[in-house]
Amino acid sequence: MIEGKAIKYGNNVDTDVIIPARYLSTSDPDELAAHCFEDLDPSFKGKVQPGDIVVAGTNFGCGSSREHAPIAIKASGISCIIAETFARIFYRNALNIGLPIMECPEAAKDIQDGDRVAVDLAKGIITNITRNRTYKAAPFPPFMQELIKAGGLVQYVNEKMGETK
Amino acid sequence: MGMTMTQKILAAHAGLDKVEAGQLIMGKLDLVLGNDITAPVAIREFKRMGAQKVFDKKKVALVPDHFTPNKDIKSAEQCRILREFAYDMDIENYFEVGQMGVEHALIPEKGLVVPGDVVIGADSHTCTYGALGAFSTGVGSTDMAAGMATGQAWFKVPEAIKFVLKGRLGKWVSGKDVILHIIGMIGVDGALYQSMEFVGEGLSTLSMDDRFTIANMAIEAGAKNGIFQVDDTTLEYVKEHSEREYKVYEADEDAEYKKVYEIDLSSITPTVAFPHLPENVRTFDQIGDIPIHQVVIGSCTNGRLGDLRIAAQILKGQKVHPHVRVIVIPATQKIYLEALREGLLEIFIEAGAVVSTPTCGPCLGGHMGILAKGERAVATTNRNFVGRMGHPESEVYLASPAVAAASAITGKISSPEEVVK
Repeated sequence: MIEGKAIKYGNNVDTDVIIPARYLSTSDPDELAAHCFEDLDPSFKGKVQPGDIVVAGTNFGCGSSREHAPIAIKASGISCIIAETFARIFYRNALNIGLPIMECPEAAKDIQDGDRVAVDLAKGIITNITRNRTYKAAPFPPFMQELIKAGGLVQYVNEKMGETK
Repeated sequence: MGMTMTQKILAAHAGLDKVEAGQLIMGKLDLVLGNDITAPVAIREFKRMGAQKVFDKKKVALVPDHFTPNKDIKSAEQCRILREFAYDMDIENYFEVGQMGVEHALIPEKGLVVPGDVVIGADSHTCTYGALGAFSTGVGSTDMAAGMATGQAWFKVPEAIKFVLKGRLGKWVSGKDVILHIIGMIGVDGALYQSMEFVGEGLSTLSMDDRFTIANMAIEAGAKNGIFQVDDTTLEYVKEHSEREYKVYEADEDAEYKKVYEIDLSSITPTVAFPHLPENVRTFDQIGDIPIHQVVIGSCTNGRLGDLRIAAQILKGQKVHPHVRVIVIPATQKIYLEALREGLLEIFIEAGAVVSTPTCGPCLGGHMGILAKGERAVATTNRNFVGRMGHPESEVYLASPAVAAASAITGKISSPEEVVK
């Protein structure tokens, strides 16, 4: 179970504000995390706690294909992103690196900044602890839960290959 | 029910007679592409996968184009990772500085994509090659790594939106105005997870450069890919640039589209996207006086020869406004050389512009023209997000080469008609 405080943003949060290109001359997760959301919310770095959940509107992660964007978010300690919709390349990249993301318009609209939120990936249930409400999203199929648990696609494939050896 | 162009190409590459929207398929890849930002991460993942070699050394392309010629020590290290991998894997399509260009202008020019191909690239503007009637889409570094190792990628078969083009573009109106007009109409997520298919009699009036520009910005409407019906113009281009066999796919007559838009090309006028989203478009009746500090003419969107010719036509015999820096970046070495031979570079330099070696540089705020706080640029690039070209409080206005060149002369966002009588 994932649990943390919600950090809320609006629509069309693009990959340039998630991690500006001026920091792309490295792919080190911690270096990237130091500048995560810098141009959107300079207060992010000071307020984020391990386990926190980003909640946003439509088209989250639009723009560039840089995998540095979900890497920076994950390395910041964010445990999950809930949005109304995701841009498609970001969606794929986030899961490939083992960062859980949930498409749930109802939750994304209702959850407010600072709310305490819990996410059950297996059941697809999002709970707003602060407001005592629950929202239903599509559950992750077992392979995707395993993939996230493993830490991403590469580790997942490696584990699978190890099992068959 | 029939299939769209995209669905037919995906079906053929998955070895299936038929696919439907929403279906997950495993498709064979004709080309896997990466650059100096995304490929180093992909190479790390490739090694973590335990892969020993790439699936086909002719079908991987590596282009150091973003922060090159190396802008600093860290970028130099990234490029070194790319170069060493290319040498180790004996990759044929590695393009060193001196050979390279902005990847999405370079790859078609080198004949590496032909109609009917399936291409993935770890760069969101990989959708550019849809102009050639190929399925081409941007992915992240992990997908690129898996593609290099296996020669395959999984796809969710997309639904499609059809754009039926008719009529002919007016003077000083180009592919850039068409795609900005469309993004303004459907929004930055208007084609989310879907294909944008371009067909119709109006197609025959669009040059290949116009089509590359339109397909290039399909991602700016959230699309998975943009794709053009293949016609004589496409085939002429393909025969001139490639010796590879190609296959033309046409949508079935009963293919299902989520939406169909009819676009009258003759009704489109010069269009500018205001900060900070490509959907914030305005035409000149809604613009007014907006002074600018910089103009960039180049990028994978508008750095081709046709773009430079239009800019030169407007700048010929004119002078750049004294308060404006104008940066012209031919997208490839071949375009650079052609522009030199045609005298275009002389026109730019005499007007007071600088001409740079090919690079993505300023488009993504890398180098070669970064904006200070409060500065405004008119750019022929593709994104105007917060901080895209430099300081988070700078502004980028997206426009065609004609509008960019006209604005360079007047020092404010200007229609070509204001400067060319």
